[in-house]
Amino acid sequence: MKITGAAILRTLLQRQGVHTLAGIPGGANLPFYDALHAAGQDHPIRHILARHEQGAGFIAQGMARVTGRAGICLATSGPGATNLLTAIADARLDSIPLVALTGQVPQALIGSDAFQEVDTYGLTLPVTKHNFLVRDPAELLEVVPLAFQLAESGRPGPVAVDVPKDVQTASAEVSSWPEPGGPVPVPPCPEDRIAALARQLAAARRPVLYLGGGVITANAGGLARALAHRASAPVVCTLMALGALPPDDPLFMGMLGMHAARGTNWLLEEADLLVAIGARFDDRATGKVAEFCPHAAIAHIDIDAAEIGKIKPAFLGLVGDAAAILRSLLDRLPPQDRPAWRARAQELRRAHPVHHPARIEDPLHPVNLCRFLGEALPPDTILTTDVGQHQMWVAQAYPVRQPRTLLTSGGLGTMGFGLPAAIGAALALPARRSLGEGGEESGAGGRVVCVSGDGSILMNIQELATLAELDLPVAVLIFNNAQLGLVRQQQELFYGRRYAAAHFASVPDFAALARAFGLRGVRLDPDGDPLADLAAALAAPGPCVIDIPIHEAANVYPMVPPGAANRQMIAEPELASAHA
Amino acid sequence: MLELRVRNHPGTMSHITGLFARRGFNLEAIVCVPVADGATSAMLLLVADEPRLEQVERQLAKLFDVLTVRHRPDLGREFFSALVPVAAAAAPEAVA
Repeated sequence: MKITGAAILRTLLQRQGVHTLAGIPGGANLPFYDALHAAGQDHPIRHILARHEQGAGFIAQGMARVTGRAGICLATSGPGATNLLTAIADARLDSIPLVALTGQVPQALIGSDAFQEVDTYGLTLPVTKHNFLVRDPAELLEVVPLAFQLAESGRPGPVAVDVPKDVQTASAEVSSWPEPGGPVPVPPCPEDRIAALARQLAAARRPVLYLGGGVITANAGGLARALAHRASAPVVCTLMALGALPPDDPLFMGMLGMHAARGTNWLLEEADLLVAIGARFDDRATGKVAEFCPHAAIAHIDIDAAEIGKIKPAFLGLVGDAAAILRSLLDRLPPQDRPAWRARAQELRRAHPVHHPARIEDPLHPVNLCRFLGEALPPDTILTTDVGQHQMWVAQAYPVRQPRTLLTSGGLGTMGFGLPAAIGAALALPARRSLGEGGEESGAGGRVVCVSGDGSILMNIQELATLAELDLPVAVLIFNNAQLGLVRQQQELFYGRRYAAAHFASVPDFAALARAFGLRGVRLDPDGDPLADLAAALAAPGPCVIDIPIHEAANVYPMVPPGAANRQMIAEPELASAHA
Repeated sequence: MLELRVRNHPGTMSHITGLFARRGFNLEAIVCVPVADGATSAMLLLVADEPRLEQVERQLAKLFDVLTVRHRPDLGREFFSALVPVAAAAAPEAVA
């Protein structure tokens, strides 16, 4: 049976179980769109028409971050492919499984500077886990399952597949279909290493667990929590690991690093054993690396062998699946009673809370807003963020209660991530329920909340059109200070208050903008009862945009200056004297 | 000196040289020849014996197109000089 490359690609995606993909058509991928159209109603693949390819990339990421399975995005050649790059690079830094399909000019034109020709293979090479340029329709039978296998196996990541137009239109003989590609089991970690870690944990006096996004990927949050209690080891999380432990767990110490609570960074100064699990010693977490955890021996569990010792030498490296390693470790480790160390962690946590004015005095202080959201939203609510001050306030003050319910651009720090990721998350809600991870129907109608800033939201504002079209239960909350707030904060603290290009002289009326897109738009009135209005806006059905005026001088505290050691935290000025 | 066995296709060299450039590793010399039926190639890389060499090896081993990585302490700079006689004649500063 001879079939076109486009039909082969569509059939392979159907066999992968792909039910939704996000993209934008153009000259070089039209044969594939034609094949999608021809799929009929028997095995339809739902296509989400984004309004910018970067939006399509982050919609696919939103689906992937919620389900753990590869998200799929699609773009044409040239600008379509270059517009995808940011979303691909973002997936690489946060280890998110993604398959990016791009059309390419016909092979006869490659290298001729043809219309909409760009070297997609060369551009995606440094930002993917692997990439392919398909040269023959029959190659798709090998490449497509392999792309999914690579994206989802081991440490997940993005895979790009560039398909020239003539490969889509040419036919190949297909005698049998390959098995769908999926995650391949990783070799087990040697038992003697796990036994060595168990001995070290038993011998330690002040152990701390340092969890990264790998714990979420491995579905190992519950096991990490069990280990923490078995070993009486307090737990610090990176931004990517928030949700691994419920925030009310007595051993949970919150996020470490640049915007950690003071007590959390102090605890790490005192630790004598640091067990890193699926974390990569990112500079925002460690501060000045040479002075990170100065008294601790480091044991490092990671699925990626290249992470062991990459930044900080580890006396013990354990390569493998975090869940499998933690299960084996729990089998070997008797309960460790460390009442003094537990009490010390509690004391540090109590002594250094996040400072903020009382709700009654300043209900729209960002910390109060995040706390309020924690009360108003059910625990299984998915919350996405953009990048900047609002992202750090969420990390400090919003209680992330379940894994995969905080979706945020951690490594690349991409402004513009939040809205399309929220659309992707909302599209994935049915799949999440069928995975049995969503729990019961949430009170706010399965809301997905995007917390953004007035700077970030404009970077992919066009996806409001996509949201209006899909009518998904996404609420976009804009913490609006008419600033690039984290830029202004750094200029205030580190550049002598020389504010360059941080202030927006013109800020759109976001509520009116939402209405222009066909969405409900609300602006909270600080002089009324803004939190009641916020609750009402969230409770009303359907998508909406809620513009929230916040104080333009509010900063994220504490803050470790970039490049400084984590103990050099800058506290909130008016409170500094009381807590120096 | 590192010896790699790699899949032989047009993008492999870009993946390997790109890794060195991207991660700031030094790559002093490189030679690549197809093996047997041409499905794979053998590649020899002359790299500085720096503390990060182990990290270089681990990053190389992660590349899909790299099948094996092994040390070849028996081979050195002279190996490349013999392959490319002009390199033996020119002092490094003359090249720079």
